[in-house]
Amino acid sequence: MKQLEELVIAGFGGQGVLSLGMTLAYAGMIDGKEISWMPSYGPEMRGGTANCITILSDTRISSPIISTFDSAIILNQPSMDKFAERVKPGGLLLYESGNIFKPSTRTDIQLMGIPATTEAVRLKNNKTMNMIMLGAYLQLRPVVKIESVMQALAEVLPEKYHHLLDLNRQALELGAISVEFQRELIQT
Amino acid sequence: MNVTKLMKGNEALAEAAIRAGCDAYFGYPITPQSEVLEYLAREMPRHNRIVLQAESEVASINMVYGAAGAGFRAMTSSSSPGFSLMQEGISYLAGAELPCLLVNVNRAGPGLGTIQPGQGDYFQATKGGGHGDYRLIVLAPASVQEMADHVFLGFDLADQYRNPVVILSDGAIGQMMEKVTFKPYQKPTADKSWATTGKPASRKRNAISSLFIQPERMEQHNLKLTEKFNRIRESEIRFEEVNTNDADYLLVAYGLSARIAQKAMDLARAKGLRVGLLRPITLFPFPEKRLRELATQVQGMLTVELNSGQMVEDVRLAVEGRVPVAHYGRMGGMIFTPEEIERQLETFFEKAYAN
Repeated sequence: MKQLEELVIAGFGGQGVLSLGMTLAYAGMIDGKEISWMPSYGPEMRGGTANCITILSDTRISSPIISTFDSAIILNQPSMDKFAERVKPGGLLLYESGNIFKPSTRTDIQLMGIPATTEAVRLKNNKTMNMIMLGAYLQLRPVVKIESVMQALAEVLPEKYHHLLDLNRQALELGAISVEFQRELIQT
Repeated sequence: MNVTKLMKGNEALAEAAIRAGCDAYFGYPITPQSEVLEYLAREMPRHNRIVLQAESEVASINMVYGAAGAGFRAMTSSSSPGFSLMQEGISYLAGAELPCLLVNVNRAGPGLGTIQPGQGDYFQATKGGGHGDYRLIVLAPASVQEMADHVFLGFDLADQYRNPVVILSDGAIGQMMEKVTFKPYQKPTADKSWATTGKPASRKRNAISSLFIQPERMEQHNLKLTEKFNRIRESEIRFEEVNTNDADYLLVAYGLSARIAQKAMDLARAKGLRVGLLRPITLFPFPEKRLRELATQVQGMLTVELNSGQMVEDVRLAVEGRVPVAHYGRMGGMIFTPEEIERQLETFFEKAYAN
């Protein structure tokens, strides 16, 4: 596993952008990593675009604010337009294909669209979209253990929502399966 | 027992306040520091401490005056426009030598400005935004961990010197999440026999005032304060150095800027440019001596600040013209990238080695 993962997650407010990053950061802490989670804040959080930079590292993190990324999880078109060029060559750009009609055409990065919104409908809860994306991301970049993500969710979610833990696990698994399905599609 | 949590800077600061034995918090909400008030309003009553949302920042700071005068560990927090409103009260606190902790989660200004991070309040914090001849001890956290640690340090320094202490943070450090390890709960032990707690027959009357109407007495008080500020200059300078041993060029930055500058330094070093970083942790007292020493070693210094050039003046005063000192800044809530700073460094090295 590599020592440093610099990730940006971006989309509309309400899509679960910040909580996706926070869950990953929390799992990173459980795995004993250095972490930093930097949200965009202010008027953007009230329905506009939202993004957060999440960094996981085996050593002390210098800048929590960075301009290029190892990976990007993109949930809407404006964020695709803004961040696609800022993924480092050889990096990963994972996007929610139902919300994005014009993905990047870069050939020097790994691009993959996941129909997470459609998949979330299968789970009968469209709020699981972000966890499906997280599951897909971790299938491609196993920077933290899935069990650590589950532990993080158990610690972050108040008791009264613990009945949703199993749904979240299903969402993570569905994300991982979606990646394998996309890979097969690409090969054929 | 020490506990490690994932928290926002503002929340870590609030939790640390409880653990450091803060008795009373007075504040008024303002972005980007409202989490401090929110967290304390939720948690302080469980510890039988006081939290009061005042009608304004002017009221908060004067409530701090009252609580500190009665011998309690008192604090307030705000962000730039709110902190400006407190300046008269801060001058009175300094004049009356009242220990307290004041937090400014700096946003971009002037005026109402914007809620994004800034470092435009450096002058206000270090040179005194209020009237009269006073100094505040100013701490500049650069991580969520330091947001917590500086609360303990700040309260202790305030008690030790009977002086207000400011934590000058910024919107990004306040809003970002990192790991933070908390020290155990602490019971303050400072002697507060000067406090106005009701006069028993056994001692003389205690009085707290910043009024010295006779010039002779006022000057004596000024001299006493000056002597105290000099003692603080002697004993309380704190800073961090990275890669200064072999540095040809020095970055100087505090708070969030220091974190970004450190990444810029790494980028420059990867290209073979010998760059070091000095990060002041106390902005008053300022690490003047160390900068003066480094001025005999490096060929130049660059301060990196989220303002139009404030700390750069203190760096220039410190090096006394020995080396050129430049400034690079972004403002208005815009933040420089590590690459942006690295380009500034390259420009310097190109010039330096052109001939």
